[in-house]
Amino acid sequence: MSEETHAQEILDTEPTHHEEHIVGPRVYGIIFGLLMLFTAITVGASYIDMYAFNAVVALAIACIKAVLVILFFMHVKYSSRLTKLTVAAGFFTFVVLITMTMTDYISRAWGLW
Amino acid sequence: MDSQVIATHPEEHAEHEHSPYLRHHFANLEQQRETSTFGMWLFLLTEIMFFGGLFCAYLIYRNWYYPAFVAGSHQLSIALGATNTAVLICSSFTMAMAVYSSEMRWRKALVGWLLATIVLGGVFLGIKAVEYREKWEKRHVPGLNFSAAGFTHQDPNYPEDKPLAPDMAEKTQVYFSLYFAMTGMHALHMIIGVSILIILVIRAWGGAYTQGHMTTVENFGLYWHFVDIVWIFLFPLLYLISRHQ
Amino acid sequence: MSTIVMLPDQQTASLPKRSYLNEEYGLKSWLLTGDHKRIAILYLISITIFFFIGGFFAGMIRLELLTPPSDLMAADTYNKMFTMHGIIMVFLFLVPSVPATIGNFLIPIMVGAKDLAFPKINLLSWYLYVLGGILVLAALTLGGVDTGWTFTTPLSTHYLNTHVITAGLAIFVAGFSSIFTGLNFIVTIHRMRAPGMTWFRLPLFVWSHYAASVLMVLGTPVLAITLVLVILERVIGIGVFDPAKGGDPLLFQHLFWFYSHPAVYIMILPGFGVISEVISTFSRKRVFGYTAVAFSSVAIAVFGFFVWAHHMFIMGVSNYSALVFSLLTMLVAVPSAIKIFNWSFTLYKGSITFETPMLYAFGFIGLFTIGGLTGVFLGSMGMDIHLTETYFIVAHFHFVMVGGMLMAFLAGIHFWWPKMTGRMYPEGISKLAALTTFIGFNLTFFPQFILGYLGMPRRYAAYPPEFQVLNVLSTAGATVLGVGYVLPLLYLAWSLKYGKIAGSNPWQATGLEWQIQSPPLTTNFVETPVVDYEAYDYEWLANKTKHEVQTVG
Repeated sequence: MSEETHAQEILDTEPTHHEEHIVGPRVYGIIFGLLMLFTAITVGASYIDMYAFNAVVALAIACIKAVLVILFFMHVKYSSRLTKLTVAAGFFTFVVLITMTMTDYISRAWGLW
Repeated sequence: MDSQVIATHPEEHAEHEHSPYLRHHFANLEQQRETSTFGMWLFLLTEIMFFGGLFCAYLIYRNWYYPAFVAGSHQLSIALGATNTAVLICSSFTMAMAVYSSEMRWRKALVGWLLATIVLGGVFLGIKAVEYREKWEKRHVPGLNFSAAGFTHQDPNYPEDKPLAPDMAEKTQVYFSLYFAMTGMHALHMIIGVSILIILVIRAWGGAYTQGHMTTVENFGLYWHFVDIVWIFLFPLLYLISRHQ
Repeated sequence: MSTIVMLPDQQTASLPKRSYLNEEYGLKSWLLTGDHKRIAILYLISITIFFFIGGFFAGMIRLELLTPPSDLMAADTYNKMFTMHGIIMVFLFLVPSVPATIGNFLIPIMVGAKDLAFPKINLLSWYLYVLGGILVLAALTLGGVDTGWTFTTPLSTHYLNTHVITAGLAIFVAGFSSIFTGLNFIVTIHRMRAPGMTWFRLPLFVWSHYAASVLMVLGTPVLAITLVLVILERVIGIGVFDPAKGGDPLLFQHLFWFYSHPAVYIMILPGFGVISEVISTFSRKRVFGYTAVAFSSVAIAVFGFFVWAHHMFIMGVSNYSALVFSLLTMLVAVPSAIKIFNWSFTLYKGSITFETPMLYAFGFIGLFTIGGLTGVFLGSMGMDIHLTETYFIVAHFHFVMVGGMLMAFLAGIHFWWPKMTGRMYPEGISKLAALTTFIGFNLTFFPQFILGYLGMPRRYAAYPPEFQVLNVLSTAGATVLGVGYVLPLLYLAWSLKYGKIAGSNPWQATGLEWQIQSPPLTTNFVETPVVDYEAYDYEWLANKTKHEVQTVG
């Protein structure tokens, strides 16, 4: 019973009253600058030979840029928990698609047991 | 009569009753706004999975046909790709400023920022068209005019690269298939976005989004930023990560 | 404990003067409506049409299989028959069946809202469905498709000259119709609940639709991009799935089943919701283990994304990966079993009556259990290699989809018919129809388990003579089943004019939808309801009724 009410509390705390939060030009400007900077870094990094780490660095920078866009340009930082959960659910399912498919592709070469 | 048996609920938001933007089935404007934003996010969720299938295919084939993917990506121009990335980030910034202008109820600023976004979107598509034409001239379009001949001998721009064996050279088709599928789907989203933007500008000029009802602009902004994010991943995957192998 | 509620006599009930049905008149008022109830009716009419078209193909398949040689039609024609049967039944009937009709009608009412969150998108979803249906019919009249409903590459991309592109486009479009329905439901359930309607006061029907909607929103786009790639491969010859160019046909299978396995749960979960409502109402008891049933729906939705490769065990996926998928498949059986046990415990010590919806619900529980358990056979790798691509698998998914989902759909249609139309269906003949369906179904599909176990492969127009007896039984059963499905069409149409007036709550049920007039007003509620009772609280209904009788009398 207590578990039930606990879960109920979690689910019922979705804010029904959403505080209007206006993100100003200053924040947008800073994020814009950061995004341009990261673009320059990622292009520059691609000219340095880091063997396998070229891909890691490029994708890490892409993830940082995506997170900046999602949090600030798309206002997720200031949004309700429901919105955050929605974004997370999307990426979670995407990861499931990739990892579960990869279980096949990685182990196909291992042959029969 | 039956419905009155349930305890009745006094209308708390009577003052919103006459807002011209409030549709009948919402209790108040705030609920309406949150609802449509949440709906937009769910739509973007479907978009993640839509592109997700392509990213998944890219990952698998890159592991399978690594030399072909490396050789294929050397045929792309980093300069054009980087320019396009910068253009798209600028357009995301102008779109964010458009949303801000709408919140501030500045009609002319809103129209200006939206126009800037359209121009930048157009520039992106223009550069993309230049790249596509180059691919066509190099005979790199799978199915239509593909020829793997360019990959079986030494590329003067990449002196360290060894020429590919004929069967691996054929596999560059998979790279270019995915290149066109991914950038093509992205470009299609851009075209749809620019078309919607044109409608938004016309309506914004009439003052539609600067009188307190800005959900449409805000939701369109989410879409535009999402398309930007897709490109943020496409750029390194297609252009950058194989520079040195 | 069960609580029997005596409501004031419904015999004297009369049809309300105003309802969503007579709010406006004319074709235009239907085709441009934003009212979720009218869109539900539009959906009901269109899926019924496609059900009978798909049923016609099923009939032709069974007729061909009456005799061992392919004598009624050529093998090519037979391939087209089962392909069209599959495409129409899966994408145009089963996926939208309960959600787009009953769900569309009831979800806003059950959560206490005036409409779905996006009425125009809801209407758009119906138009997309119709467009998808027209494209399927176009593919059909232009000469048909013979890939099977799974569009297996490279068969579909290289070796067939039938209308794969048209059919692929049709499913792409119909997929978006399903995405929009799911999106609308999720937003409505999150954002449009009436005051006091907490998550754990929602009827289980809403929970299961919520889970199904999540699958629609997350799964369908992957099918969409897969079909786009197949179409591109066919039209301009890109090489993502083409082995000649280096593509991997198995990747198509991965992406296709990433949607199409969860699609099985998209089809069955709404059926679970209907059964929860029906079982509770006709046992006069709260559903046993409400929270467990609610969360098992969510668990099915989550696990549903982890098991798709069990459709691919014999296609050349890695053994190790197949082992992982096989183990995860066993996990999905757990939440489904939780539901079956909880429904059985709901019946225990209930005051059970045997109205038609309840008969269908009993049919559902029995047949779904068989269908589900044979699914566990097929999920275990050793058995799968023997049984897959035989009639065993045909019988398995027809037990789940026809014995499960179609029974649930019919249970739901009968259960909410009084709410939708304001009139009762005729009880006697409908019980007969339920019984006919059950007998016909078992006669049709049970022999197929044996046929499959003996090794008769699916998708062939001809078979060795030793299989004939069981095939004749199956075809005979299909005839009975056909009668069982035509009967409801006839008597439900009859009841629209001649049925008894139902009154607002003919079943003494507790849901919000039963507390308003039937058929409901366009705005559903006169005033926004405030919910102060749990779902399936028959005590509450009894007290309310007593109070009502006192104040009225």
